[in-house]
Amino acid sequence: MASLTNRAKVLEQKPMSFMERLYLPAIFKGMAITFKHMFKKKATINYPEEKRPFSPVFRGLHVLNRDEEGRENCTACGLCAVACPAEAITMEGAERKTSEEHLYREEKYAAKYEINMLRCIFCGLCEEACPKDAIYMSETFAPSNFTRKGFIYSKEELLIPNPVTDKEKYDIAKGMREAQLKNK
Amino acid sequence: MITMDLLAIDLAYGLEKLLLIGGIITVSLIVAMYTTYAERKVAAWMQDRRGPNRAGPFGLLQPVADGLKLFFKEEIIPLTSNKTLFVLGPALAMVTAMLTSAVIPWGSSINIFGRDVSLQIADVNIGILYVFGVVSMGVYGIMIGGWSSNNKFSLIAAVRGASQIISYELAMGLSLIALLMMTGSLSLKTIVQQQMEGGWNIIYQPLGFLIFLICVFAECNRTPFDLPEAENELNFGYHQEYSSMKLGLYLFSEYVNMFISSAVVSTLFFGGYDIPFVDEAALSLSLGANTVALLGFGALFAKILFFLFLFIWVRWTIPRFRYDQLMDLGWKKLIPLALANMLITALVILWLNK
Repeated sequence: MASLTNRAKVLEQKPMSFMERLYLPAIFKGMAITFKHMFKKKATINYPEEKRPFSPVFRGLHVLNRDEEGRENCTACGLCAVACPAEAITMEGAERKTSEEHLYREEKYAAKYEINMLRCIFCGLCEEACPKDAIYMSETFAPSNFTRKGFIYSKEELLIPNPVTDKEKYDIAKGMREAQLKNK
Repeated sequence: MITMDLLAIDLAYGLEKLLLIGGIITVSLIVAMYTTYAERKVAAWMQDRRGPNRAGPFGLLQPVADGLKLFFKEEIIPLTSNKTLFVLGPALAMVTAMLTSAVIPWGSSINIFGRDVSLQIADVNIGILYVFGVVSMGVYGIMIGGWSSNNKFSLIAAVRGASQIISYELAMGLSLIALLMMTGSLSLKTIVQQQMEGGWNIIYQPLGFLIFLICVFAECNRTPFDLPEAENELNFGYHQEYSSMKLGLYLFSEYVNMFISSAVVSTLFFGGYDIPFVDEAALSLSLGANTVALLGFGALFAKILFFLFLFIWVRWTIPRFRYDQLMDLGWKKLIPLALANMLITALVILWLNK
C-alpha cells in the first residue's frame, strides 16, 4: 500500500546481534546518560524563594480598579456577570448619595461584588466585557484556603488599594504588567 | 590466679568486641539513613530536579524527619493477620541485614593501650559461608511478612521475592567458588590480606565479579530486580499491610542490606581495607600502624560509598525486569556463566601449578 506521506519509516526487525543480546553495553550507555544528567541545569526552581516571571498576558486573580482620585470604577452594570461562562460573579448595585462622591466615580456603584474563585476559569472575559475599566486580572493566583467559603472573594478583598492614601500598595497591586508595558 | 588473669583478659576482650559491635551497628544505621537521603538526592539530580532541600542545610535533616514521621504514624495490625509473625517479619529482616557485618574486616588492627584491637568482630575461618547462611535467612523476613499479612498482593510478592532470592543465591555461590579456588581460604581477612600482596581479585575474576554484582542487586531487591516490591503492580508488595515503624524497618533493612553488600563486594573483589597503589607496610613505618589502619578503614569506606552510589545509579537508569525475564537471566544465563567461569578458573589454576 502506498503511504499517504513520504514520512513513514519502514520498521526493521532484525534478530538482535550478540552484542545487543548481552544488554550490558546498552546498560552502560544508559548509565552514562543518567550520569551526564546529574550535572545538567536543573529544570526546577526553589519555588517560594525564586519565582518564575509570568507572561505579560497572564490572567490571574481579579482586581477591582479605582481611578486616580481613588474612586471605584465599577457601576454594577452586570456585564461581567453576563459574560462570565462559569457564572462566578454576583453583584448588587446601589445608588450613590451626595456625600459619597469621593468614593464612587459614577451615580451607581456595586454594594456587593463577589467572585467565586472555585468556579472561575480565569478566561478573562469579564475583563474584556467591562466598559468602565473596573475589573482586570492581576499577575497573582488565588492562594490556597482551608474552606470553600474562603474562596468566595468579597469586594473588600478584590478592591485595589487607594492610590491617594496608599500609593505604594496600589503600585504593587497594579502589578508588574504596567512596568513591562512601560519598558517596551 | 591463672583463672583470674584469664577472666580479666576475657573481660577486656568482651568489652572491646562489644564496643566494636556497637560502633559498627551505629555506623551502618547512620550510613543507611543517609543512603535514603542520597537516593532521593541522586534520583533528583538524574532527573534534572533538586531533591529534598527544605529540612536543614541542603535538606540534610530529611532522613530524621522521615524517621520521625514513621514513628508518629498509627500502627495498624490487620485483624486477619498472624500477629506473632506479623511482628516478627520486620524484626527478622533487620536482624539478618545487620548480622553479616560481623565477619567483615573493617580494617587491620589498631593498637590501643598496648592491646592489638582487630577491626573485625569475628574472624571466623568460614567467613563466606557465614555470609551466605545469613543472607539466605533474609528471605524469611520477606516471606514471613508477606504470609502473615494475609493479603494476596503481599503473598504474591513474598513468593516472588523468595523464588528470586533462592534462584540468584545459586549463581552467587557458584561465581564465588571460582574466587575461593584462587584464594584457598574462606576467611574474609585472609582474602583481604592476599589481595594486599597479589593485587585485587577483580583483575583475576572480572566475570565472577560481574555475576556476583548482578546477584547482589537481586538479593537486595534493588531495581532492576525489585519485583517483590514493585510499587506499580503489587502495591508495594510484601510490606503492603505494614505501617508506622514496622514499615520503616522493612524499608530501612533494604538500605542496611545495601551497605553490608557493598562492604562484602569491596572486601571480596576490591581489596577491602587495602589502600590502592600504596605499600601499607612501608607507610606504617613512617605514619604509625594506627594511622594506616584508620586510612585503610577510610579506603574501605570510600569503596563502599562508591558501590552505594552504583546501587542508586543503576536504580534510576534501568527499568524493572519482567518476571520470566528475571528467571531466565538467573537460571539460563548466570548459572551457566558462573559454571563456565568456575571451570576456566580451575583449568588455569591446574595449568599454572603444573
